[in-house]
Formats: sequence, structure tokens, C-alpha cells
Amino acid sequence: MQRRGVAQENSEQWVQCSKCKKILFRPDFERAMRVCPHCGHHHRLRARERILLTVDADTFQETDADLRPADPLGFPDYADKLHKGSATSGENEAILTGTALLNGYDIVIGAMDFGFMGGSMGSVVGEKVARCFERGAERKLPVILFCASGGARMQEGLISLMQMAKTTAAVGKLQRAGMPYIAVFTDPTMAGVLASFASLADVIVAEPGALVGFAGQRVAAQASVGKPPANFQTAEFQHEHGMVDLIVPRKQLRPTLTYLLEMFLPVEAHAR
Amino acid sequence: MMTIFDFEKPISELESAIAELRQLAAEKGLDRSREIAELEAQRERLLKQIFAHLRPWDKVLLARHPKRPYALDYIRLMCENFLELHGDRLGFDDPAIVGGLAKLGGYRLVIVGQQKGRDLKERQKRNFAMAKPEGYRKAMRLFRLAEKFRLPVLTLVDTPAADPGVESESRGISEAIAQSMLTMFELTVPTVSVIIGEGGSGGAIALAAANRVLMLEHAIYSVIPPEGCAAILYRDPNKAPQAADALKLTAESALELGLIDLVIPEPLGAAHRDPQTTALSVRTAVLQQLDELSRMEPDALREHRYQRFRQMGVYETV
Repeated sequence: MQRRGVAQENSEQWVQCSKCKKILFRPDFERAMRVCPHCGHHHRLRARERILLTVDADTFQETDADLRPADPLGFPDYADKLHKGSATSGENEAILTGTALLNGYDIVIGAMDFGFMGGSMGSVVGEKVARCFERGAERKLPVILFCASGGARMQEGLISLMQMAKTTAAVGKLQRAGMPYIAVFTDPTMAGVLASFASLADVIVAEPGALVGFAGQRVAAQASVGKPPANFQTAEFQHEHGMVDLIVPRKQLRPTLTYLLEMFLPVEAHAR
Repeated sequence: MMTIFDFEKPISELESAIAELRQLAAEKGLDRSREIAELEAQRERLLKQIFAHLRPWDKVLLARHPKRPYALDYIRLMCENFLELHGDRLGFDDPAIVGGLAKLGGYRLVIVGQQKGRDLKERQKRNFAMAKPEGYRKAMRLFRLAEKFRLPVLTLVDTPAADPGVESESRGISEAIAQSMLTMFELTVPTVSVIIGEGGSGGAIALAAANRVLMLEHAIYSVIPPEGCAAILYRDPNKAPQAADALKLTAESALELGLIDLVIPEPLGAAHRDPQTTALSVRTAVLQQLDELSRMEPDALREHRYQRFRQMGVYETV
């Protein structure tokens, strides 16, 4: 996982690519949306950075910012992990949600933050995701979700497992309202998140090289005859196997999402 | 082959003593009925004592007990009739998931369940009840069949997990699980799920998005296997018993947390000591749920299911 992590910050001016290890000039790196100009590696983004890079300037309005995790099982070290998650991500949970404009289109948007407890889905993530779909259904808005998660959050036990069902049911609401749902798989999109709302999008887009899969690599290898392919559980592997529509470099995401909205939304929704 | 767990050892010692005495009495033609009755009373007392203080880890062992009744046992013991149907219509028939058309106490219904194997050969064939994408796609096909002919659905959940292998990944195991849940949510017929053994994370919830979710007394339901949790939490899979405590994976905890609707009691000494009685209890409980749900309108059933899961989650608001 180290290799895929955020770029090493050596100084204010210089950063090191976590994949090819080349030293990069920070302003260039930021301008390239943290994609390495040498090897093309897509470094992880904070949820807030992701949303601000995606939507029209000054249009993001956060929703449900008042939700905070509880510790319903009194699980060992959970309180401490939550505290660390806030410090690492600068957020109070593993997802940031809201409404915004994307090239003029009104959208509901959410972005998960791997820095907050591995982007894991507990009650708050489940609730915010469900509310995104419900908001989309009620207000007839498309939903765009950026996934980045290791899966369900162990520390909330069975309650976390139920979030898979809850978010899935909410996708159904949006579907019946006839509104589009686009998922973007970023590094990593795994397990309980992949096996619930993430895989149910109308169109699935993935960033190059993102880890996308069900079980951990070691578990998968143990349960299989023969060696897994070299690109096993990458966005490219899932694309080859028909689980991902498009692999889109970060720079191309905004135009791609715009095109999809243009295709799915009624003409009245255009040209605002 | 008898499999005995630590906490069952004193019971099984008594049971062998009773069996020996019975044999001796029969061979020699002696009347040992008083001694046998005394030992049986002792066994009963011991069972009560042991089963009154089961720890979550004991329940994990019971839920995985190799003699525990499996889905097809329940189907055989509780249904008047069952016709198994096969295949996902996409090229596969996964033996880890069984399904078909059943008659149960005046109801015609579709039953889908995960099936473990009793011996080595069957265990391999059933892949230890770890379903592949085609298993969940078979389930979905049967759910849609139920919807079309207005048949209620019963699912019997018993899996350690969905199959995690390369083959399953290649065919979209995650998508299959997600679609299976979504398909259940869209049904407008009554749906009941019973966790009969292991409710193993995504592999289990894929078949448990029902109007009513029941659990057998010694079944478990968990977001992660206790061994996996222990490896993460304590960096030691051998600390699974502690992890089982932390995960609150028992039926009692699930009921307290409001995540299931009913705990179905098992006979003294757990389901494997009396599959017949256990199956009867499951039957009675399922019929009661079906009677209640059958009074609801199709759209109300779907909305009821939505709300059932919608309110699950514990968080604070600032």
C-alpha cells in the first residue's frame, strides 16, 4: 500500500512521486492534480480537494456536515482511530457530500477520503451516501460519487454491514426517479463499498491504476488456483472484465462527467 | 466422525457413558434403567449449565459445527415439498447456492439458501458455501421468478463469506452481491431471511435484504470473520475469541442493536442435537412472519423493507 500512498513531502517546494520516486516541483505537481508528469501515477486526493477540483468554482455547498460518528459497540481503540482520522484527513468522517454545479449542471456530489480510517463505511458514511441518493431522487438531481474505501468499517460491526444494504436500497430510489448516478472509482475502491452502492452506478469510471477489488490480495491469491495476473484488482483488470466502463485520467474527468450528464439529463436541464 | 469442542467435552463423555451402559444392559439383560436415568438427568443439568454461559466464541464454533443442520436439511425437514431449480442462465450453476420452489404450511414460495457440504467431497463441490457471482445471479433469477408469480421469498443464510478467488473477481463478485441486494429491495412480495449458521459479511447480506430477518439462537452474523478481525486488531489471528466479543456477532446482540427481528430458540445443546425440533421452530417462526407480511400491499412491502434498513445506523448530530 505504501507505493500507492500520497506523495512523499520532502519540503515545501519538492515532493517525491510515490511510484517512480522522481522528485517533482510542487507547483507543477499540484497543477497536474497530483498526477506524476513522469510515470502518470495518480496520487490520492483529500475528499475536499477532489470536490473542488471537479465542480465549478464557489458552487460547492456541503450537506449533512453535522453528522458525527458514535461508538455503538464500545469497540477497542475506535475513539482513538476516529481522532487520528480527523487529524489525517481534516474531515470529521470518511466522506464529504454536498451539492454543486458541474459545468452548469446541478448535481449531488460526494467524495470519500481514504485518509479517514481507510475511507471505511460505518453509520455516518452509510447515512450520508443514502441521503445523497434520496436528495437526488427528491430534487431530480444526478448523483456523482467518488469512491475511495477499504470497505465496511469493522469498528461498528454488524451496523456497518447493514450500511451496504441501506446504501443499495437508496440507489434503488434514485433509479426509480430516473436520475443518473455516476461512480468514479479512485484508489482504492474495495470490499463492502465496491460490493454495494459503488457497483450499482449507471456508468462506472475509474482512475488509471486504482486498486479495485473484493477481497484483499493475499486472501484472493490463497483462494485461487494458480497465480493472480499481474494487473489483478486494478482498474485496468476490472475494465478488461467488464466491471468498469471507462478508465479516465484525472485531467479528463471533468469533461467526461459533463458529457455523461449531457447525455442522460433532459434537454431542459442543459445550458443554465 | 464426531467433532467435539472443548465446552462440549464433558457432555459427550456423559453421552458415551450412557451409551455404554445401554449396550451393557442390552447384552447382559440387566435392568440399569435407574442408573441411565440418573446419568441422563446429569447430562441435562450439565447441558443447561454450559449453554447458559456460552461466550460469543462458543457460538462461532456452534455456528460452524460440522453436524449443524444446513439449508437443504431445513428445507427437507420443514417443507411439504421442494423442487430445486438450477442455473443462472448466464453459463453457470453454483452449487454453493441452492434454490427452488417449495410448499410450506399452505404457502407456495421460492427458497434460496447457501449450502455447505457434509463430507470432504461435498464440501469441495459446495465450495464451503462460499458463493461465486453465478450463485448470486442464480439467486437473483429466482427472486425475479418469485416476483413474476407473486410468490413470497425465504432465504436461508449460511456462509463464511462470498468466494474471494481470482475467478470470482473476474466475473464481478462485488457487482453480483450489490445487484442481489438491490433485486431483493425491489421485490413487492413478502421476503423473510433466516440466518441459520454463519452470516459472513457481504456474502450473507447479499441474501438478507428482507422484510424480516430472523436468526437462530446460536447463529452468528458479522461484518468480518473474528479471525480476520483479530489479525487486524491484535495482529494475531489466534485472538479470534477476543475479536468475537468485540464484534458483537451473536443473535442476542443483533437483536439488541435492532438489526434483526427475532431470535429463534434452539433445542438444549444446539441445533445439531435435534435438527427436527430446530426445523419445526424455524418453520413456525417463518410462517408467522409470512402471515403478517401477506396482509401488506405490494408497494407497502417494498417501502417497509426500505424503511427497515434505512433507519439502521448510529451517529451523533452536532
